[in-house]
Amino acid sequence: MDTIYALSTVRGRAGLSVLRISGQDAGRALIHLGASTPPPRRAAVRTLISPDAGRLDQAIVIHFPEGSSFTGEETVELQLHGGIATADAVLRELSALPGFRLAKPGEFSLRALQSGRMSLTEIEGLSDLVNAETEAQRRQARRLLDGELAEKAHHWRRSLLRCSALLEAVMEFADEDLPQDTVPEALALMAELRGGLEEELAGIAAGERIRDGFEVAIIGVPNVGKSTLLNRLAGREAALTSEFAGTTRDIVEVRMDLEGLPVTFLDTAGIRDSHDPVERLGVERAVKRAGEADIRIFLVEGSARTGSGQAPRAGDIVLQAKADLHPDCRQGAVSGRTGQGVREMLERVTRELSGRAAAAGAASRERHRAALSASIGSLNGAIAEFGGAGRHEVAAEEIRQATRDLEILLGEVDIEHVLDDLFSSLCIGK
Amino acid sequence: MKHCEFDTAVIGGGHAGAEAASAAARSGGSVALVTLRLDGIGVMSCNPAIGGVGKGHLVREIDALDGVMGRVADGAGIQFRLLNRSKGPAVQGPRAQMDRSLYRHGIQRELNSDARITLIEGEAADFVMDNGRLAGVRLADGSEIRSKTVVLTTGTFLRGVIRLGEEARPAGRVGDRASVWLAERMESLGLPLGRLKTGTPPRLDGRTIDWEGLEDQPGDGSPVMLSFLSERPLVRQVSCAIAHTAAAAHDIIRENLARSAIYGGHFEGIGPRYCPSIEDKVVRFADKASHQVFLEPEGLEDHTVYPNGISTSLPADIQERFVHAIPGLERAVILQPGYAIEYDFVDPKALKPTLELPALPGLFLAGQINGTTGYEEAAAQGMVAGLNAARQAQGLDAAVFPRSESYIGVMIDDLTARGVSEPYRMFTSRAEFRLSLRADNADQRLTPKASRLGILSDARRKLFDAKMEALETAKSVIGDRSLTPSEGARHGIRIAADGVRRTGMDLLSFPEVTVDRLAQLWPELGDIEPETARQVERDAIYGKYLERQLRSVEALKRDEGRRIPDGIDYSAISGLSRELSGKLGAARPETLGQARRIDGMTPAALALILARIRLSERQTA
Repeated sequence: MDTIYALSTVRGRAGLSVLRISGQDAGRALIHLGASTPPPRRAAVRTLISPDAGRLDQAIVIHFPEGSSFTGEETVELQLHGGIATADAVLRELSALPGFRLAKPGEFSLRALQSGRMSLTEIEGLSDLVNAETEAQRRQARRLLDGELAEKAHHWRRSLLRCSALLEAVMEFADEDLPQDTVPEALALMAELRGGLEEELAGIAAGERIRDGFEVAIIGVPNVGKSTLLNRLAGREAALTSEFAGTTRDIVEVRMDLEGLPVTFLDTAGIRDSHDPVERLGVERAVKRAGEADIRIFLVEGSARTGSGQAPRAGDIVLQAKADLHPDCRQGAVSGRTGQGVREMLERVTRELSGRAAAAGAASRERHRAALSASIGSLNGAIAEFGGAGRHEVAAEEIRQATRDLEILLGEVDIEHVLDDLFSSLCIGK
Repeated sequence: MKHCEFDTAVIGGGHAGAEAASAAARSGGSVALVTLRLDGIGVMSCNPAIGGVGKGHLVREIDALDGVMGRVADGAGIQFRLLNRSKGPAVQGPRAQMDRSLYRHGIQRELNSDARITLIEGEAADFVMDNGRLAGVRLADGSEIRSKTVVLTTGTFLRGVIRLGEEARPAGRVGDRASVWLAERMESLGLPLGRLKTGTPPRLDGRTIDWEGLEDQPGDGSPVMLSFLSERPLVRQVSCAIAHTAAAAHDIIRENLARSAIYGGHFEGIGPRYCPSIEDKVVRFADKASHQVFLEPEGLEDHTVYPNGISTSLPADIQERFVHAIPGLERAVILQPGYAIEYDFVDPKALKPTLELPALPGLFLAGQINGTTGYEEAAAQGMVAGLNAARQAQGLDAAVFPRSESYIGVMIDDLTARGVSEPYRMFTSRAEFRLSLRADNADQRLTPKASRLGILSDARRKLFDAKMEALETAKSVIGDRSLTPSEGARHGIRIAADGVRRTGMDLLSFPEVTVDRLAQLWPELGDIEPETARQVERDAIYGKYLERQLRSVEALKRDEGRRIPDGIDYSAISGLSRELSGKLGAARPETLGQARRIDGMTPAALALILARIRLSERQTA
């Protein structure tokens, strides 16, 4: 296998650039650069020299022997001085070495997976961690990276294997002296297992939200002050505002961190009947997008209704708009222009979303959902068999299928299937 | 003295040897079968029964390939039972108690009546080698049997040691000589050898058993036969009985554990977990107050009774004491004490899927020498080895048995790719495709294959063709009829009210729907023969699961088909642990599917091998 290398830090002006080299020839890179190999996993200062270009940089070098690195392969990490030119000079040297090539996106992680250093769910956690922007995202990614889901899946898988064994015993030793009827124990195990799987499945929606962000749509009739409110949240002119009704035709987003939760506020086109085909399209999109959002903030002015046909759902917020123009109504009023009521509004949103986020488990991806649902489906099939026809061999087949479904979660089967998708979404260098 | 030249020489006349000789002869080869005693051909040295769950599947498959075991067993069967009758057809296994003597003579008659087989009494002493190539078998009297290929089926004779209490003596079975030369020859070929053990119970005189107080275990009212060719048992049917051990017997065993060969630390071999000795049972299931002992008659004219469940290696006097402590056996006379036997086996990972040994081309191994246990497992291997040995001798291509097609294939693949860690016994759970690999459809799966291989008799071909025609006709009559859920509901057939029309065949996949039930709706179905109707039901019952399994079979075939290039250097694949690369280097799997089943293989390691395969495919493309 080739030895791969890549810049692990963002390319550009910075104090440091970290470059990683992984593969069977990683150690040779140091020799080529005129540096002696430091003691394993100890930082050492080395001068890197090009046979052609002379001194490249003075770097901190760490050598990870095979079996004790992130990828599981022999790895060398170079901490170079920052800046584009220095990094490029070293990269150029490496590219000239036979068997060396630039890593493809996610390739370091792929190698960690292949060498058995990490499970698939752990790598997903790593990917989430690299992309995490808020505290809740970081915590959730850590759970995945720390193997919480993999551990659970291993535990479930062990239970399933036990179920299999209990059912198989009855079939394989039909004419022999069995200690006891093993089916009741298998059934109890299946029921318990299903409970655990269902709980994890129920938490996925919240987990997904934490990873991808919650959405809060601000909706209301035209010119009620939605864009002004959003601009207040953004602290800049994110959405163009004017006194003419119907200015916002597309959806404008502002991403915020509310006590660690990633939340995107959406400013939508004002909802009204319009003859302007462009505006009408905007309204349709606004209605659809608002419907999909986690929370809707309805801005209403005076005694007006919430807008054309949209009714607030549980957790939605209805606020009196333009509080600065209506000083008499203090409760539940908000003004984008003065900022009045904005803090209270954000507190309500945070409270509501925190409650929902609390349900999150470690599972947080569509892939997890598919594997868990499939596994539950098979398990239900097995349980139903004992409520009905009682065909042991069919129940055993369902249990085997449930096991395979969980193995997909762990990335132990169908691995090629998930690899391409997953690793293309990981950033290079990790 | 020099015997004439044969295509194939078979060493050993046990279940593997007999089936190998027959399969080789049916493949058109000339066969010499060498055995220590001609009257020992077809001897059942352990329990007097053939078939069971998994094992019965194997017998049906051997039979579907026109082998001898099923037919002979049906002729010698004195009690037939279909195991797992209350469960689905996939795990139902036919089993029969044997009259030992009838079985042995039946096998001898089969081999004697085949003009292509020459039976030779003698002791194999070594192979004949011609310029480093295998050229036959040398007997102890100095004579040579020249042959192009050799099938070796030595059972427990490889450095066999019998242990009874503190005594030990070299032997194959009681009364037979052990083959030490062979073990040395195997070692000189550098083959990895392992050591296994197995045990037998004491044999009892049935006339001294108090049958009155024991639970009767009769055969089935309508016996299910082992062979597709048989219709009914040929000899008088008898019952077995069940005795129960009690605390008094357990105490005697417990007090004398130190004198047991197995517990006294005299053994290095590994015994089967699923067939524990009575010492094992008493120790490991200490809280169980009683164990069942199945009293199996060994024949109609033979008073010997085989007490299945109390295999032991305690000294003879202790055996007598604990047997007498079992209610019903208080006065039972022991005709021959139980003993344990320890023997060498060749790590079957050293074999090709044809059971040929690449270390000595032309030599095929079958049976216990490959680490298996059981008559049926041995016979199935004998069939594969004999078939391939004869084909190779005639310059024909190899006969391959995939996992997705038969239990034979599952076993061969388990053995050659994964190896054994205890005596290998067939279980239905070893088959990924259990719902489609059934005992009842072994003929549908394998008889056409036998025809292609040219080993099918005309009689069986005619019978099979007629059966298939009846099945096809019945299936098309049933499949042509359909109903909606509401029509079904009117006739009392409950199905999901999804408005989907279902054919008669679809309906049969519901457990409570039978052909007879459908005949109430469509009277013309009443014309279908009961036997055909039952088979249609069995073929239909797993409908939706079979589709899912079929998809897995496809996926498996993709993997199986992923050839690993010869000469791949596993030690050069970085990321592969030293242990795994060592195992891979030793096993040299031919396909990714085989690599997958190597013990300790991880998905990550497979991904590495796959990456390596892709790389070399790219390079050669």
